[in-house]
This record gives sequence, structure tokens and C-alpha cells, in this order.
Amino acid sequence: MDATNWWTFAFVGLTFVGYLWIGWRSRVRDSEGFYVAGHGVPAFANGAATAADWMSAASFISMAGLISFLGSDGSFYLMGWTGGYVLLALLLAPYLRKFGQYTVPDFIGARYASEGARVVAAICAVFISMTYVSGQMRGVGIVFSRFLEVEVWQGVVVGMVIVAFFAVLGGMKGITWTQVAQFFVLILAFLIPSVALSRELTGSFIPQLGFTREGVAAALNDLHRELGFAEYTQAFAHRSQLDILCIVFALMAGTAGLPHVIVRFYTVKSVRAARYSAAWALFFIAILYTTAPALAMFARWNLLETLHGAQVSEVEEVIADDGTTRKLYHLTDPERGEAIEWALSWQHTGLLSFDDADGDGSISMASRDGVFAETTVDPDIIVVSTPEIARLPPWVVALVAAGALAAALSTAAGLLLVISSSIAHDLWVHFVDPDASEEKRLRIGRRMILLAVVVAGYFGIRPPGFVAQVVAFAFGLAASTFFPAILMGIFDKRMNRQGAVTGMIVGLLFTSFYILGSRWDMIFHIERPADWIAPWYQTQWLMGISPEGIGAVGAALNWSLAMLISRATPPPPAQVIELVERIRLPENAPA
Amino acid sequence: MPEPPDPDTDSSDRSERERSYWRANMRLIMVLLAIWALVSFGCGVLLIEWLNQWSLGGLPLGFWFAQQGSIYTFVVLIAVYAVLMDRLDRRHRRQQD
Repeated sequence: MDATNWWTFAFVGLTFVGYLWIGWRSRVRDSEGFYVAGHGVPAFANGAATAADWMSAASFISMAGLISFLGSDGSFYLMGWTGGYVLLALLLAPYLRKFGQYTVPDFIGARYASEGARVVAAICAVFISMTYVSGQMRGVGIVFSRFLEVEVWQGVVVGMVIVAFFAVLGGMKGITWTQVAQFFVLILAFLIPSVALSRELTGSFIPQLGFTREGVAAALNDLHRELGFAEYTQAFAHRSQLDILCIVFALMAGTAGLPHVIVRFYTVKSVRAARYSAAWALFFIAILYTTAPALAMFARWNLLETLHGAQVSEVEEVIADDGTTRKLYHLTDPERGEAIEWALSWQHTGLLSFDDADGDGSISMASRDGVFAETTVDPDIIVVSTPEIARLPPWVVALVAAGALAAALSTAAGLLLVISSSIAHDLWVHFVDPDASEEKRLRIGRRMILLAVVVAGYFGIRPPGFVAQVVAFAFGLAASTFFPAILMGIFDKRMNRQGAVTGMIVGLLFTSFYILGSRWDMIFHIERPADWIAPWYQTQWLMGISPEGIGAVGAALNWSLAMLISRATPPPPAQVIELVERIRLPENAPA
Repeated sequence: MPEPPDPDTDSSDRSERERSYWRANMRLIMVLLAIWALVSFGCGVLLIEWLNQWSLGGLPLGFWFAQQGSIYTFVVLIAVYAVLMDRLDRRHRRQQD
């Protein structure tokens, strides 16, 4: 074990003991505590918990790397995943808090006076959360395997034990207070390397300001042109304008409709606290989301600058675990005259590889058809390798590992609670055993969360193909089912069961089939025949809209069908109208 | 099937106050959402290339809006909504007493 391993071991161990301690302190005894933390979380704490709940392994590890490769077009992640909070804060959160109860299917079922709607909503919630949580468990396993040199499955099992401990004991209360702690771990871990890199490249300690300093963007654009890439700041170099418009909307509506985010607003004390905690949440999220694009640009510059023209000092052939031969390139930085060690250690993971195709003894980062000709870089290594590329001390590298784990575990916990509450509260207790005692309800909730942890862990170790499509599936389905159904439930008194249920089902089917239809080869691990040109096989049928953006069309379809059908069928019953009027009113209004 | 009560025929003071509360809320939501759409779909996507002819420090302006400006605006919008609704709630409560 080297210094980095020791530091990682210390940081990860310390934070995990902290999470366990918080979980133990927040044990609960009733199902209100278990599902909504007893409606007693202060606005500021809920803001931090929402931010940690929301910022997943993908936000922490993958997003800056993806932006670094997409340049200007990577903006859809940034605007989509923050703009959704405006919709949530203005259109959904205060009213759902006023409604009370425990889950999103609770609201859908009551507002549309329909058991069918409740079942559809609960199934959607379970599917969305399962897709999402498997990726988190996978992220935990990968971080463990890279930094602590254990197998991916061992890392997943450690993560499962930790999450299960505080989620089973403390339910939403335990999850909330651990998420608050995890937020501070993850934001610190993201900021420290970004600040160091910003200071080194631009002289500014604040990455957001360093980002706008004269010099870096211009130099990077020049380098891109020299290497044959589109300029970094050029818009629509990778995606069409229409596609980006659709993805931004689908990610926004999806964010606002994701059940694990919505449910966080059920935990605060009042409607007023729901509004303020949305503001805190986006403030905390924006700290990471405005740093990420700066980090993306700095990391892009560092990567190109370090690797372009690096001398090949030795090519070592090794046999990888899967039996294939892999070439490991030992590279030297000609200006500093020393070995580039991080490049060697990342080649071991298979996420970085070189091929000196022209045999000139140096690596070129030039473009061939828009990708690197002599290098393959997985975007996922950008954030995690930045401290090493920037030659930061080993404890920073270790902190990044602890931060990535905090991001993955906090999101996983929130999702597991949604899976548990959908099955235990919305389906089991509601339909099978409505007379269950308080103790029994709590017991069922705890068992379900344990079961969900085991299933999610299994999917994390052996990921089914649909997990890789999490952005398309989770956000697309939330945008085309929950978002319109809740929105119309609050703002359109005339919306009835017939309209809303048809809209949800059509949105669900349309969006899932579009994603399945365009990504079936990745989802079912089937090789695509190269000469297959059947029209239904094409990657993107509808005006070039990608599966990530199709939720926008699904939401529009849901809304228009629901409007048409609701106007052609009888209005909702009087008690539903009363419900809508009640949730629209401020608190403490005389009954 | 009984028709739901038509809110327009209920002319009591309370329902008038409630309707004006809701109208004020809707007006505020509309204004804030217009700004939301302008900075994201407008400046960040539809007008990005046009805005890129100017720059903010070292970054093209459209690019800055897409990766920074829109996010700052979102935070301000939510904070403004929370504060103004607080005020509206207080006014509504005073009228009730």
C-alpha cells in the first residue's frame, strides 16, 4: 500500500464511522419517522440533504468528464439538472407539502381518486429508483476497486452494509441526517482539487472566476483547432439545437418529477419551510454545478497539454484479467523530463489506453473523425484523476475517493427509501393489509428497504443493460409520467382520473419504447449487424431527438392527451375539488 | 352526479380573498418562469450562437450563460419566490384576522 492507499483508507474509514454513528443516533420508532422523518427537518438541513440526495455518483464522478468531452454542448446537463429545481420550488414542492402524507403515489391516488393511478405511480417509482440506485452501487464498487485495490463486488458489499445500517434503523430520519454530513464531505472533496487547479492555471482561487479569466478558454480553443477538433466553446458541435432543447426540458421536468427528490420536501415542517429548503437545496447544488464546468475546461486543458507530445519510453505487454494482452505505455513528459505516472496507473484499470499508431515514438492528441487518434480516455476518469494530473498531495486524491463514496451512498439511500415506501406503504399496506398495526407497518418498511438493498447490490455487481441508460430512463419516465400528472393535479381543477391516467400510461409507454427501440442493442447486450438498415432500428428516429431528450416529447404527449380526454369526460368529484382548493391555500387558513 | 360548486357564484369575502391570493401567486409564478425560460432555453440554447459574439472575460457570453449564468439565475429565482410568497402569506393572514 502506498501513501494514497493509506489516506484513502483513513478518510473512507473515518467518514463511514461517522455515517454509522449518525444512523445509530437517528433511530426511529414509528412509520411517520420512517417515511418522512416525522415532518420535522429544518429548511437549511433539508436543503443540504436534498443536495446530497440529488448529487449522485454521476454528478460527482462523470458529469465534469462528460462536459469536458462535449464542450459547450455539455451545458444541457448543467441547465437541465439545476433548472428542474425552479419547477419543483414554484410548481410542486409547496403544494405537495401542504397535501402531506408520505409518497408521490399517495398524492396521485388521492387527487385522481383512483387505485389504478396509485398502482401505476408506485410501479413507475420503483422502476425509476431501481435503475438509478444500481448505478450508485456500481459507483461505490468502482471507487473501492480503484483506490483500495479490492474487487468491485467487495466494494459493493461494503457499501450495501453501510447503507442498510442507517436506512433500516433510521428510515428517512437516519437518511436525512447522514445526507447532511455526506453533503459536506462531497462538496469539500469536489472543491479542493478544483480550487487548486484553478489557482495553478488561472491564478484565481475561485474556479467560477478563474473560468472567465482571459487566456484559458482562448488557449484551449487554439489547441483544439491545432489538433483538428471543433472549438471547445463552439455551440452545437456534437448535438443539434433541437436535441439539446429537448434534453434540457426532459432533464428539468424529470428532475422535478423524480420521486426521491420530491419526497424530501415532505420531510420539512411547513409549506414555508418547503419553499426555503428548495432555495437552500439549489444553492448547495449550484456550488458543485458551477464549479464542474470550470473543472471540465481546466481538466481538458491539462489532459491535452500533458499527453500531447509525450514521449513513449517503453511499451510493456501484460496479460489482463480477461486473458487478453494489453499494451501498457510508459510515457515521459519531455519538458519536465520525468515519467507520467498517473497515465500508467490508469492504464491498469482499462479506462485509459494508448496506441502509437504512426510509430513516431510520441503520443499525439490530434483528432481522427472527432475522437483522439492515439488515445482512448473514459470520461469517468477526468474528475478522479485530476488531483494526480495536477500533482496534488495524496490526501487530496483520498478525499476525492471519500467524496465520490458520499455522493453515491447518499443518493442510494434516498432511492432505497422510495423503493421501500412504494412497495411497503403504497402497495402492501394499502392493498393487502390495510389494517396493519403501526408496529407491523414499520416492520414491513424495514424489511422492504433491506430487500431493496440486496437487489440493488446485485444489480451493482452484475449491472443489467438498462442501468447504463439511467439518464434516459429515469429522467425520461419521470418527465413523461409524474411531472405532468402532479402539475395538472395542482393547477388544473378540471383534470380528472380518465385524462391523467391515460396521459401517464401513454407517456410511460411512448418513452420506454422509444428508449428501448433506439438502445436495444446496449440494453440487451446484442451485437448490432453492421449492415442492418431497417427503419425501426435507427438510433434516433424522431427529428434526431436522442433517447435522453425524448421525455420532453413524452411529457407533451401526456399533457395534450390528458387535456383532450378530461374535457370530454365528466369533471372530478366534489371532494377532489376541495382537496385541490385546500392544497392551494396558505397554511393556518381557518378550515 | 352532483356538479362541483362553481367558485364564481360563491361571493363571500373569504373566497374572494382566497381567489386574489391564488391570482397573485399565479402572477408571480408566471413572471419567474418567464425569466427561467429566457435564461435557459433562450440565452443557453436558442440565442447561444448570437450571444457568443460578445464575451464575458475570456468566455463567449452565450457559453457563459449556458454553463454559469443560467444556474445563478435559477438560485435567485427560487429565493425570490420564497421571500415574496412569505410576504403574500403574511398579508393574507392579516386580512383574515
